Amino acid sequence: MPIQYYIYLCLVLFSIGIIGVLTRRNAIIVFMCVELMLNAVNLLLVAFSKMHHAAALTLNPAATTGIEGQLFVFFIMVVAAAEVSVGLAIIVMLYRNTHSVDINFLNRLKN
Amino acid sequence: MNAIIVSALLGVLMMFSGIWVKNRAAITNIAAAGLLLLVIANLLNTYGVWVIHVNTHGMLEFQQFGLFFNTIAFTATLLYVLLSGRDMERTGADTAEYYALVFFVLCGVSILTSFNGLLMLFLGIEILSIPLYILTGADKKNLRSNEASLKYFLMGCFSTGILLMGITLIYGATGNFSFGNSQPIPGTTMVSAPFLEVAGILLVFVSMAFKVSAAPFHFWTPDVYDGAPSVFTSFMATVVKAAGFIAFVRLFSMHTALMGPSWRIIVTFVIIATLLVGNITAVFQQSVKRMLAYSSIAQAGFMLFALYSDNDLAKEGILLYSIAYSLATIGIFAILIKMNDYTFDGFNGLAKTHPVLAAANTVFLLSLAGIPLTAGFFAKYYMLASAVKAGGSIWLVIIAVIFAAVSVYYYFRVIQAMYFKEGTPSVVPTGKSFHTLLIITAAAIILIGLFPSWVLNFLYF
Repeated sequence: MPIQYYIYLCLVLFSIGIIGVLTRRNAIIVFMCVELMLNAVNLLLVAFSKMHHAAALTLNPAATTGIEGQLFVFFIMVVAAAEVSVGLAIIVMLYRNTHSVDINFLNRLKN
Repeated sequence: MNAIIVSALLGVLMMFSGIWVKNRAAITNIAAAGLLLLVIANLLNTYGVWVIHVNTHGMLEFQQFGLFFNTIAFTATLLYVLLSGRDMERTGADTAEYYALVFFVLCGVSILTSFNGLLMLFLGIEILSIPLYILTGADKKNLRSNEASLKYFLMGCFSTGILLMGITLIYGATGNFSFGNSQPIPGTTMVSAPFLEVAGILLVFVSMAFKVSAAPFHFWTPDVYDGAPSVFTSFMATVVKAAGFIAFVRLFSMHTALMGPSWRIIVTFVIIATLLVGNITAVFQQSVKRMLAYSSIAQAGFMLFALYSDNDLAKEGILLYSIAYSLATIGIFAILIKMNDYTFDGFNGLAKTHPVLAAANTVFLLSLAGIPLTAGFFAKYYMLASAVKAGGSIWLVIIAVIFAAVSVYYYFRVIQAMYFKEGTPSVVPTGKSFHTLLIITAAAIILIGLFPSWVLNFLYF
């Protein structure tokens, strides 16, 4: 399968994530859209990693090129997990004070 | 390497000291001692003494520029803890945990000053950001703090997603994570590689602009800086912001040739937008804290000149700028935290009741405005001189000078309120040591303003 298909799929997923962040008003859904963006990136990294690996294999049968791309995916997963734990804690803290997770509710800081 | 290891260990130590040490003042002293240790460890590293040898396989590289910035950042944090550390107790009960998070942020700072490749950049930014989301929301019962925390978190995650997409596109085009090292990959069939790489670099640029709050990606900054507890705004607006700029400059300094002349056009647009938005909006603010948030955007506009000119003068300039800006802003916030009223009117008549606070505050504000004889003047001068030396356009420099003149208006409003208006400001009682430290900070600003070469010589000792 050509690499272009993967690129298009990931860009579509990433764009859905961006549009979700910009338009949705529920903090948890915004948060899910951010995760969707990160997962689109993960998928694309793995696809590129395989592509570079296949390209290197044609020149050298023992090549390990492309491993660092998959390594990066693990780092993204770990960091995303840390972010989720902090983010959900913030949303829970907000819910305790306002009994709502609506972002529109929060416009006190505007002058 | 010393700084990364020691700061992470000190963070863990602070978390445990929260269990064993119940005396709040003792916790602040432990943190100050830890920071002193961190400064010493980093200085040892600067002079070639390594605590632990770690082979990072080229993922980290330690150069004089980054190590010197580490020293600046740690010293500024030490000053911050000494000046405002005790005020954390008014935010919440978990003082030891706040210090632990501050140390973790410093760990992120020292990774950002030494990363070599995009993986470490990503990790550094995340280690820097995640503790900050928690510190922003430290005032748990306060809705404004909650809102600031959620906004900062969502914007931070969003820009991280954009950063990662940029990194991935660069990886797809070049086959490695070392930014700007674009050799054609043997055997690849992709015809669109150069396009992917340019798109990736642009996404990384947008994401970094988010992190350092350059316009048009600045909109989260005023709300977050205003809503966060003032003690932590002081830290966020100084050390963290300067570290973001160091990462930005280190990332792009080697690779501006990649994009050709269009690079300068993009940076020029961002500089002018940042200066415009920051300065013009700051004029209309009624709260000093919010004015400082906009002024931090305006100062970011000047720091962006380091990206524009990209030469040795710019590197010296950005270091001088981070010293001048950090010292002055930490000082102003230390005084602001002591005030009960954050509006301009709250400062009315401060010179009569608290002459030391008013005098020190005047020096800090003059430095931010870039008046000669203060550190802020030479910081701005170096940035603009580097742009001229790099053959940049003169009209951009003229625009920057005009906006510096605009900034004098809103900084002098505070001085005017302190000296020329009648009023009885309500101030939290301050001690002798606080006054002494403020005077030392103000003296340091004036000394650096008289002899900037003293500081810069450290870069080439």
